[in-house]
Amino acid sequence: MDVGIVGYGVYIPRYRIRVEEIAKVWGENPESVKRGLLVEEKSVPGPDEDTATIAVEAARNAVKQAGIDPQDIGAIYIGSESHPYAVKPTATIVAEAIEATPDLTAADYEFACKAGTAGIQTCMGLVEAGMIKYGMAIGSDTAQGAPGDALEYTAAAGGGAFIVGKNGSETLAAIEGTYSYTTDTPDFWRRDMRPYPRHGGRFTGKPAYYKHVLSAANGLLRQLQLTPQDFAYAIFHQPNGKFPMHAAKELGFSREQVAPGLLTPMIGNTYSGSTMIGLAAVLDQARPGERILAVSYGSGAGSDAFSIVVRDGIENKRDAAPKVLDYANRKVYIEYATYAKFRKLLVK
Amino acid sequence: MAVPRFWREIPNRYNLVGARCGNCNKILFPPRSICPSCRRMGKLEPYRLKRQGKVLSYTVAHVAAEGFEDQVPYVLAIIELEDGPRLTAQITDCNPDEVKIGDEVEMVFRRMGEESQDGVIYYGFKGRLIKP
Repeated sequence: MDVGIVGYGVYIPRYRIRVEEIAKVWGENPESVKRGLLVEEKSVPGPDEDTATIAVEAARNAVKQAGIDPQDIGAIYIGSESHPYAVKPTATIVAEAIEATPDLTAADYEFACKAGTAGIQTCMGLVEAGMIKYGMAIGSDTAQGAPGDALEYTAAAGGGAFIVGKNGSETLAAIEGTYSYTTDTPDFWRRDMRPYPRHGGRFTGKPAYYKHVLSAANGLLRQLQLTPQDFAYAIFHQPNGKFPMHAAKELGFSREQVAPGLLTPMIGNTYSGSTMIGLAAVLDQARPGERILAVSYGSGAGSDAFSIVVRDGIENKRDAAPKVLDYANRKVYIEYATYAKFRKLLVK
Repeated sequence: MAVPRFWREIPNRYNLVGARCGNCNKILFPPRSICPSCRRMGKLEPYRLKRQGKVLSYTVAHVAAEGFEDQVPYVLAIIELEDGPRLTAQITDCNPDEVKIGDEVEMVFRRMGEESQDGVIYYGFKGRLIKP
């Protein structure tokens, strides 16, 4: 495989709500919620933000970091489960806002939390086949959790954008392999015209998240004949803080390998943005030569695993755009009433 | 706003595409088809303005325009862009008391409104304070 990452960018809204604030409304014990989910707070989109605006800021950061002419982007895929329109692509809005139109192909993807990484794979194929020079894959979400549901503590907002191109002097990391594991597993879904998803409670763990994440990671390690010790970092999809830590342990990765890419305790689960923001946080600090494992998970269900090797090019590029921690640390706390207003939960 | 008008203005609203006169170098936003200084001697071409600017003046809206009721009190500012043109825009992601005349802002991409619940969504620029 001769493709790599030419640039990446992220965006996280500045509003945060603490677990305590949500637990207070529903009469739950915040300490047991925090202990159970390993989440302290989550990001909340402002009233003028949605999946498209989040994707645009992440995409603009990626273009700035890559230092490429956006007219050379031949494909844009946006993964989300909260596209602003049911019919009308988010991808065209983003393509226009980064001035990549009109000579490109574009589409929206949907696969719960892994549609963004599915976009990376599509771009890898198109680049490898010589059909496009650069492809952009974005995972962006303003996740929905029904009021009072366990998901309300974690359903957050954010996005990550990756530009894929042929390996060369401009790639900051090479993608040396990818492997996916997919089955029909009804662990989480949202029916048409319904505002909130439903989930299978504890069923979302073993037969869903763990089975797919572990199978994809093991499949990739087998394919590339690598072991956890060959990696400096590992990122696993993070619906909460607990699942990725367990998955890492099960596979033989240490806490130190996982911690730099674990953002959910600070910002919540950004769904399609989750693995991509985690990967971006690792790239923000990784050194040339280091190897990174990234494994997404989308309910329904499937996992995409990637092995990425950081290249020298990263040193010159990574300061060109805001980093994950710049956005993660830039925050304003809101109370539940403001959250309810921002998320349009109030009936007028 | 009607759909055709919104669509026509997408380059201006998404990417601050104005016009530059090749004769007198004046930068205009929104773009015009005739240079107000050079008239028929003018040579107007599309020009993408830089997103950075500063707050020239502002007001705090307590009585909202239609569609902005949930955002009061919000800040409306006259922003002077680095390239010269001045435009009116909301300052997003801020408390009104955070904004001062002279503050540096960058123009960001946000939702401006929607035609109706099942109508088209309007996107465009708002200012955001650049905090040191």
